[in-house]
Formats: sequence, C-alpha cells, structure tokens
Amino acid sequence: MAALVSSNSGYSQKELSCKKKDEFEDILEERRQSSDIQYAMKCYTPAIYKGLSPCKPGTLKTAVLKSEQVQYVIKQLSKETGESPDIIQEEAMEILEEMGHSLRLGAIRFFAFTLSKAFKKLFQRVCVNEEGIQRLTQVIQEHPVVLLPSHRSYTDFLLLSYIMFTYDLPVPVIASGTDFLGMKMVSGLLRMSGAFFMRRTFHGNKLYWAVFAEYVKTIIRKGYAPVEFFVEGTRSRTSKTLTPKFGLLSIVMDPFFKGEVFDTYCVPVSISYERILEESLYAYELLGVPKPKESTSGLLKARRILSENFGSIHVYFGQPVSVRTLASGRINRFQYNLVPRHISQRPSKDLQAFVRDVAYRIELIQIENMVLSPGALVATILLQNLPGMDYDVLVEKTLWLRDLTRSFGGFLDWPGNLSASKVVRSSLTLHSNLMSLVDGRVVLLGGRKEESRLTEELVFQWALSVLMCTSYRNQVVNVFVRPALVAISSQMAQSSRKEDIYHTFIFLRDIFSNEFIFLPGSALKDFEEGCFLLTKCEVIQITPHEIVTDRENAVVSFLAAMFKPFVESYQIICKYLSNDTTQVFTEKQFSSGVQNFVSQLLVTGATQCYEALSRDMQNNALSIFVQLGVVTKKQVANGLTFCANKEAVNKIAAKLGSKIPSEKVLMSRL
Amino acid sequence: MTFHPGPSNYLHRSMASGTSSQLAQRRLKIISGHVQPPQAREALSLHPCSAPAASSSIPKRRQEVLKWNGWGYNDSKFIINKKGQAEFTGKRYKLGGMVLPALREWMEKTFGASLEHRTTSRVSLNVNDVPPAIINEGFLYDLKATGISYSFDTEDRVFRAHGHCLNEIFTLREGLFNRIPDLVVWPNCHDDTLKIVELACKHNVCIIPFGGGTSVCNALECPEDEKRAIVSLDTSQMNRILWLDEKNLTAHVEAGIIGQDLERQLGESGYCTGHEPDSMEFSTVGGWVATRASGMKKNIYGNIEDLVVHIKMVTPTGVIEKSCQSPRMSTGPDIHHFILGSEGTLGVVTEVTIKIRPVPEYQKYGSVVFPNFEQGVACLREIARQRCAPASIRLMDNAQFQFGHALKPQVSSIFTSFLDGLKKFYITKFKGFDANQLCVTTLLFEGDREKVLQHEKQVYDIAAKFGGLAAGEDNGQRGYMLTFVIAYLRDLGMEYYLIGESFETSVSWDRVLDLCRNVKERIARECKEKGVQFPPFSTCRVTQTYDTGACVYFYFAFNYRGLSDPIHVYEQIEVAAREEILANGGSLSHHHGVGKLRKQWLRESISDVGIGMLKSVKNYVDPNNIFGNRNLL
Repeated sequence: MAALVSSNSGYSQKELSCKKKDEFEDILEERRQSSDIQYAMKCYTPAIYKGLSPCKPGTLKTAVLKSEQVQYVIKQLSKETGESPDIIQEEAMEILEEMGHSLRLGAIRFFAFTLSKAFKKLFQRVCVNEEGIQRLTQVIQEHPVVLLPSHRSYTDFLLLSYIMFTYDLPVPVIASGTDFLGMKMVSGLLRMSGAFFMRRTFHGNKLYWAVFAEYVKTIIRKGYAPVEFFVEGTRSRTSKTLTPKFGLLSIVMDPFFKGEVFDTYCVPVSISYERILEESLYAYELLGVPKPKESTSGLLKARRILSENFGSIHVYFGQPVSVRTLASGRINRFQYNLVPRHISQRPSKDLQAFVRDVAYRIELIQIENMVLSPGALVATILLQNLPGMDYDVLVEKTLWLRDLTRSFGGFLDWPGNLSASKVVRSSLTLHSNLMSLVDGRVVLLGGRKEESRLTEELVFQWALSVLMCTSYRNQVVNVFVRPALVAISSQMAQSSRKEDIYHTFIFLRDIFSNEFIFLPGSALKDFEEGCFLLTKCEVIQITPHEIVTDRENAVVSFLAAMFKPFVESYQIICKYLSNDTTQVFTEKQFSSGVQNFVSQLLVTGATQCYEALSRDMQNNALSIFVQLGVVTKKQVANGLTFCANKEAVNKIAAKLGSKIPSEKVLMSRL
Repeated sequence: MTFHPGPSNYLHRSMASGTSSQLAQRRLKIISGHVQPPQAREALSLHPCSAPAASSSIPKRRQEVLKWNGWGYNDSKFIINKKGQAEFTGKRYKLGGMVLPALREWMEKTFGASLEHRTTSRVSLNVNDVPPAIINEGFLYDLKATGISYSFDTEDRVFRAHGHCLNEIFTLREGLFNRIPDLVVWPNCHDDTLKIVELACKHNVCIIPFGGGTSVCNALECPEDEKRAIVSLDTSQMNRILWLDEKNLTAHVEAGIIGQDLERQLGESGYCTGHEPDSMEFSTVGGWVATRASGMKKNIYGNIEDLVVHIKMVTPTGVIEKSCQSPRMSTGPDIHHFILGSEGTLGVVTEVTIKIRPVPEYQKYGSVVFPNFEQGVACLREIARQRCAPASIRLMDNAQFQFGHALKPQVSSIFTSFLDGLKKFYITKFKGFDANQLCVTTLLFEGDREKVLQHEKQVYDIAAKFGGLAAGEDNGQRGYMLTFVIAYLRDLGMEYYLIGESFETSVSWDRVLDLCRNVKERIARECKEKGVQFPPFSTCRVTQTYDTGACVYFYFAFNYRGLSDPIHVYEQIEVAAREEILANGGSLSHHHGVGKLRKQWLRESISDVGIGMLKSVKNYVDPNNIFGNRNLL
C-alpha cells in the first residue's frame, strides 16, 4: 500500500477543481504498470478491528443459530405453531445457508485478478480519495464499521471490495438481494467474496427476520468484517439518489443502542460513474420493459460491453460518522434496560425517527461527495435544447453551467488543463452512443426524421434516448434542487411575500420528497439554503418581507427548465388520475394506464414531457400521493389496491399548474 | 507479574486452629488492615449516658491522628524516598516501612507522571480562611444548659465539612470550602441526640449528622446557601456495644461505633458482624445504615439491610423504631427501608441491633488467574449460578492486576525473585496467557475447616472450566490487604498532578462485560475530547456477585498537567462515565449512595412517583428541613 501511495503522481488532483482538498489517486495507474497476478497474490494483511474475535464463516452461522435471540424466536414460534423446535431450528439453518457468506481469501484474489483486467478495459481511471482511506483505516481498527455506498451499478460492490483489497483493508461482507441466487456459479463466487443474501421482502416471517438480524448483528458485535449495504436498497435506475430504506440501518445500529459495542461508525461512500454500464438497460426498465432476470449466461452476454469505454469512476470515502455521536442527546438508551436484550422490541417512535434521520443524512453526505463529470453538464444543457443545438452554444452554456455548479457547491471533475471545447468534445465521445456532433450541431441520437409522423414506436425510441440522457442530468439535480424549488416557488406563488413563497416551497418539497433527498423536518433550512445560493448569484433579493426575483434571469429560467419535467410529469399523472374512470386500481393497472395515457399525449404532441413515461417517476408520484392522503391504499386479499380522491388530485394539479412559466420565455433564454 | 508468596512476615497467614479470642484477634488484624492492637477493654454498659464513651481508635479530636487534607492516619502515607523509590510510611499497616520498587515506574509509565513535576498542597489548614461561624444564640444557650459537649474550634469544624471526594480533598489542598459547619456537637447517647434535635427544631438550626466522614458522594458538603446555623452532629462518642444477646445472636450497639472497634470488641467475645466495607477502619454503624452500605463478605453475612434487626432513629417528628426484634415482619412497607439509605436527610440513627456470628474457625485466601476478563466474568457468573460464592470473590481486570503488581514490596531474597520469574514463565509461556490480557480473581473462604476446603475445591473446579489457574493464597491475601492502603495512594498521586477517584455500580450479569468495556472507552474518549494530555488510567473489578448480577467498581485517574481546571474536567468525565453506566443498564450506585454527587439522576432512576414518595416522607418527618444536608432529593 505504501508503494501505491508514494507512486501517486498527483495527476488527478490537478483536474479536480473544487472545494475538496482531498487528493484522489487513480488505482488503475499502478495496475497498468505492474503484474496483475503479483498484485492478486500480494501479501494481504489488512488492518483489523482491535476487538476482533476471529472466526470462520461456518462458526459464524453456528453462533447465530445458537444465539439467545434466534433460540428465543424458535421457542416462541414452536409455542405458537405447535411445530417442534428442532424442525424450526432446521428451517433457521436453511435460512442461514441461503443467506450466509463464505468469505475466502482465494476468491478475493481471483476477483482481484479478473477485476484488474476488466476494470482496465472498461474504465480510464478509478480514483479514490486517499484521505478517506486513511480515515477508514484508522476507524476500522477502533470500531465496527458500516460502509454505505451509493448504488448505481452492479459494479459497486465488486469495486468497493476491490478497493479495500488494494488498500490492505478488510474486505467487507455485503448485504445483497437474493436475485443473484439464480446465478449458481456467480452467487457462489460472490458468497466467497463476502456477499450474503437477503430476501427483498420478508414481511411477517419472524424466523427469517430474527435470523437475518442476528446474522448482521453478530458480524457487527464480533467486528468480524466491515458490513456493507446500500441505504438506497437497490440500484438507482435514474442516477438520482433513491429515498432510503431503514431496516438494515436500524439493525446495524442496534448493537450500539443495546450497549453491545461502544460505538459503530457509518462511512458514506459516493461512487460516481462518468458513464454507467447499465445505462441502456435502465432506460428499458424505466419504460417498463421487464428487467432480464439475472442469469449467468446473461452476464456473459454482457461481455460485449468490455469493448466500450466507460470513462472514470470516482470513489469518495466520506468522513466516518459515529452513531454514538449522532444519537447523543437524541436517544435515551434506558429504554433497553427493562427487557432482556435478546428479546427484540418494536423500535420506539424516537428511535424510528432517529434511524430515518440518519439514513437521510447519510444520503445527503453521499450526494455532497458525488463527483460530477462534464458529461452530466452537457446532458443537462442538451436536454433543455432538444432535439439538438449549436456546438458553440453548447460549449458556452456548459461553461456557464460549470461556474453555476461550482458556486452551488457541486463537486466537479473538470480537467483544468484542457480547453472547454476539448472537455465538451471528450464528453461527446464518451457518450457517443447517445449524442453526436453533426455539422456543428450536437444532437441527441434516436430522434425521428423531421418529416416522419410520430408513432408509438418512435416515441419509445426517443424516450429511450431522453431517459438515458436524463440519467446524466440527474447526477446534478440534487445540487440544484433547493435553489430551483425556491426559484420555481417565487414564480408560482401568489405574491412575492416571503410566507407565500415559503408555503409554495413547502408544497413542492413535499410533493417531490420521493424524487429528491430532503432531510425530514428541515424545510426551513432547505429554504434558507436555496435562498442563500440564489442571493449569492444575485438572482433574488431578500427584503424583510419579500423575496424579489429577477424573472428574466438566466439562472431562474435554467433552474425552472431543469425541474420542469418533474412538475409537468406530476401534472400529467394528476390529470390521468382525475380522468381515469376506474374507481379502484392496482399498481399494475396504474402503471400501464399512465403509460398509455402519456404515450397518447406524446404521439398527439399534447406534451413534450417524455420523462412522464418513466416508471420511477410514476411510482414516486403514486407513493407520495398515498403519503399525502390524496390516494388511499388498501390491503386486499391479492395485494394492494388504490383509490384516488379526484378532488384532492385536481387541487394538486392546479397548484402545480399555477403561473408556471410559459415555454416561450424559457426557450428564448436558453 | 508474579505469583509468589510475599515475604513470610508480610501478612498473617490463615490459620487452622487456635482459641477463639486469639483467632479473632488475628483475623481482625487481617481484615482491618493491620491497625495497631486495641487499647484497654471497655466494660459493656447498659446505661450509656452515664458511662463514658468507649475508647475508640479515632479520638474525639480527629485531627490528632487523621490527615487534614487526605485519607487516613497522619503517620501512614506513600512517599517517594530519597532514593527516588516509593515507600509506605508508618507502622499501622504491614506495608508500613516497605519500599515498593515498581510503583514509581508504573506511575511514570501509566500516567506519564514525572518526579520533576510536583504540585504542592498548602502546608496546613489556614484558620483565617475559614468562613466565620453563624451563631444561633438561643440554640447555644439551651445547648449549654444540657451539658452536651460542643466546639467552635476551626479545625473541628473543617474536619466535619467534607468527605473524601476528589473535589473535597483538592479543595483542602488548594483553598478552602465556602461553607462549613458552624458548630460541632458530640452527643453521648440517644437521649443527648434527642435533646439536640429538639433544640434544633426549636431554634430552626440545620443538623448534618457526621459518622466516620468517609462519604464519597459529597454527602457531608454543607449547602453553600444555608443561612441557618449548621450543626455537625458527630456521633463518635456514641460508640458502645450496649449488649450482646448470644441466644439470638444479636448485638445492640450505638450508631457511632466504628467498624474496626465493633469487630474488635465483638471478637473479644468470639463474635463478629462480618460486615466489612473497605472503609471499616473509619466508618460507623450509623453511617452504614444511612447509606445502605455493603461489606466485602456479604456473601456470608449479607449487606447492611440484611444485618440490621432493629434501628432507632431520632427525627424532628420523634423517634422511629419497631416494637420488637423479630426476624421478619409483614406490617406494611418495612420502615427500616425509609431509614436505610436516607443519607442523613430524615434524622440521625442512634442505636442499632445487628446480627452477630461466631468468629469463623478457619479462613483461607486464594487466587485464580484467567486468560482474560471475559473468562473471569463467565466464571463468576457460574459461581453465582451455583450459589457457591465464597465469603468474598473479586475479579480484577488486567490494568488492575498490573497495578497490584506495581504495589509489590521489595523482594527479600534472590530465591523468591527466581520463583517469581518461574511462575511468570509458567503462566505466560507454558500456559500461553497474554500478560496484557490475563486477569486475576481473589478469594476469601470462611467457615469450618472441612467445609472451607470442600468449598475451595468446588470453586477451583469451576474456575478450571473457564481456563482459570490457581495462583496461590498469597496473591489473594495481598489483594485484600491492598484494599486498605490503596485509598492512601491518591494523596501521593496528587503530589504529581495525578487525580482520580473510584466509583461503582451494580448491573445484571448479561451486561457486565458490555458495561465495563463501554465505560472504560467512554472515559478514554471523554479525556481526549476534554483535552487531557495523557491517556487515562481506567480499570475495573467485579467486587460482589449476586444471583442476578454483580457489583462493578471502577478506578479512574489521569495526569492533569496542562489543564487549567482539572477538577471541572474530572467532574465532567465522571458525569459522562455515570451516564454511560446508566445507559448500559447499571445502577446509580451499589453502595456509595447518592449524596449530592448523583442527585441529578435520581429521578430517572426511581421515577417521578418514587421521588414523590420520598418527598412526602421527608415532608412529614422533617417539614422544616432541620436535617438539611440536601442529599438525595
């Protein structure tokens, strides 16, 4: 590791022009210069947790099975069902077998070798922030550590383990979905490299929950290895951070609350891809073409992508966050004193709120530390100028956006030694499957010929391109969302009075709380942050009672245009719900219904909002409507049904539609 | 680290036989820290007020034998001698006059202390600094008429203004308290006490009862804003054994008798109470009752609440006592439990009937080394499960084990030092124990010889199942002996910028390990955050076992060089440590009490209703807050 650090040329640092002082190190550089075999077979003696009681994966399983926690649940179930405890115990063992990892150094070395080969083919650079590694090395020795990476690709966990191996850190055990279990060989390999598997849903399965929770907690308590999982729960198909899941997070924090460990540290990890391996796959999925079931042969077919270039990856290990510090003054640990710790209790209200808060905070840190690529800026500009625009204008606007992004605190990887034109050109090259430069004009590929009539097929083709392009814009939306919502609020509000604007802001923030990541309960802070950033670039002026917006300002128009697809999509979905004649519908019916509705609108040219076709957007909207009580959800025998309150839906649509800036103004500005 | 017998004259060995009085004498020497033999024997008397006070190991003028700014006897202390070696002075303890070659290095290594960096205490009590006494003329006039002994002497007052908390001793060394008692009175008997309390009520004077002055929870501290005259009611002259009842095995004693005198005098008749808190050289029966004390050998004899049969307490509303001395009653809530742990807030205990037992025929020490603390705790848990704990069983963690070794006196012969080396080799190399992990349990067995041996075997067999190795009688014995001298060590530390304190808790078995680890880590983290320049010394031992849990005792000390307000830093860290204890399911206190030090947590410990109950008792018994030390509530 020392050799690696010293061999760092500092080459990438100069390129990273932002607030962060951390030096990034390209770990592929070393790989391109020395033998991968030697690297894979290197002496691997990771820094380990000081309280580690070493044990084998098998002993771990036995410990879990024999734990008071699991035994208690087995006895309970036996009493409830009349089944003999032995049979339930066997069941528990089967669960463990399905779930458990079997971390082996050999498999790690195998991956170290093959991934070296693959990564070198696929990526130009894999950059890791060194300071983060140093912080991690330290904290790993002191406390149990939970790695919480962002999730954009299957590559994420392979990559993270690879980095840990490279830096002589203990390879984590990773919670992954059971969907991999279909791939026999791969799942075996993944198991050996530290993956353990959890079912996506185990509602009501007490035994499964007990065994799973105890498995994870035992790993934490023993300091067996860092635990890794994705707060987002699954890969984000849109590149936008998904709202967090809380189950696993509350499991890993439990040993701290019960005093079984002194502290636990959460390390948010931001993995930023310049180009995502699964980009087109995701676009299909978002359009409702079913996701291919993971299979080994499918993976082999994916080999063709090995010939493509996917640019750089930045992996930023954030500041480790102490659960103890977070909980201090918030959680009264007395609540665990009166019941034996092996009996699991329903988490108290304050605990649930705490876990939710931590989850959001972690995601906000992930977002903050995401490294944005010039390509994301290009995509953002292009999306506002479809189907294409002059190259020179694109370069100019990209530069403009670069400065805006920086002033809003975005963490940008902009090569300082290249001209803007070269930067944009290399982004176009990287995304050549998506956009191209023809006769001085940059166009999004997949468009129709001017003369041809729009058909559903063409709509689908174009939507694919738009959604792919959107996924790059989405890498930057979280940087802009607060000022943008303020700007949009100031356009939508009844007056320029502060309260009016703030209330509109709250409305938008609530409506879009599944789309963007807002810390619950901090609306005012978000508002103030948005105002601050807008004031900073002289877009708004704040007087004691008013917020005066310069509506003609380029920033305002740009921000409004950037978020217009969200506003419009939600309007369309509202319209669908209010038009729809069926009283009660299932999720499936909703999806296909909206899909048809939007397609028709697009075919007839009634809307240009292709993003409304995104399943992700539709599902987010449905779930927020349920949360807001606009749509009611009912559990029936064969699943869930929904029922919309038309009046309330119309109200929201009206609110979203009020005084929305006209298209014309926007287009003239950009 | 070694496991050899100390010099043969080091401590009295356990004995197999002897007449009961000889036996009692010898045993007492061991338990009470080898205090000098008693002076003249006192006749038992049933008429205490007419009789003179019994001769006590601690005189009425405490300053004649006790330190004014530290723990214990004037003549006993740790010093660094001219050769730069640590030494313990005086002849009271067997460690007296001995050189402790390893102690200095241990202090340097553990704390980063250095002989060059010294602090200096004030040379003596500055009489002029003492706040002037508030005099209640009416009370004084009436008091004089009773003929009860009293004093305005400054030293007398300061000596009763404090216990032995770190902040109190530090204050004495550096400055003085803002508020001290205005008057000291020495009632000679129950009736005297009754008169004093009556007069206090009549003239609205605040009374703070004073027993042995060993409080470690600021219980004796005078409330600074107390405008009334504060009278320190010193019970030391009520120190007689009023009668023995050999048929029922009880003794009726005055509450001011101190532990060592009680055991010695009972021992002369072949009895003991078996109640041996670490403070027993100085603390009194009344103090034990008022604080819910616990003794080292509670496994055989019980804690104070198990030992008392009858209590008489004088309160502003009158005398509270039961009408009989029966062993158990179902008469509503036990009124003894209003008194036990009342910490001087309700009245003053004057007489107690306490259980006695024949002095045991045979005593045997022992010790077991475990590869690590976890194994040690598991073993203690198993012993508690089988309910076969010896009279005393204590498990020290590794840091405390090493600390104990730093207190080893100079080895007298090459042979013993060779044996030391051999044992160390056996444990660490042959048995593979890690010297930085292993920990030791000390044991004390008591009873019939045969039963003791049988019991010993049972305990050692259990220990073996947890990887424990018997490590000899002498290590055990030395451990118990050290209990009494360790208290003196803080005074030496304070000369070299080291401050520290002990604190304790009780916790259920399943949480013992987690609590110990978390509290130690919390201390380390807090020290770091508060700017302590050197790593702190924090160590614990499990000192008592119960069916459902254990008592854990912590020592915590650090080098405060570079800190401008070390006591404040210390207090913040102790608060954090206590919060950690509570968060880990530990109690607010196992036996030290609440006093004023831990008042802030009492409500959450016993619930709002609990506090309300205590308050209503206080309001009924002492509506004018005559017993105004403001402990607990």
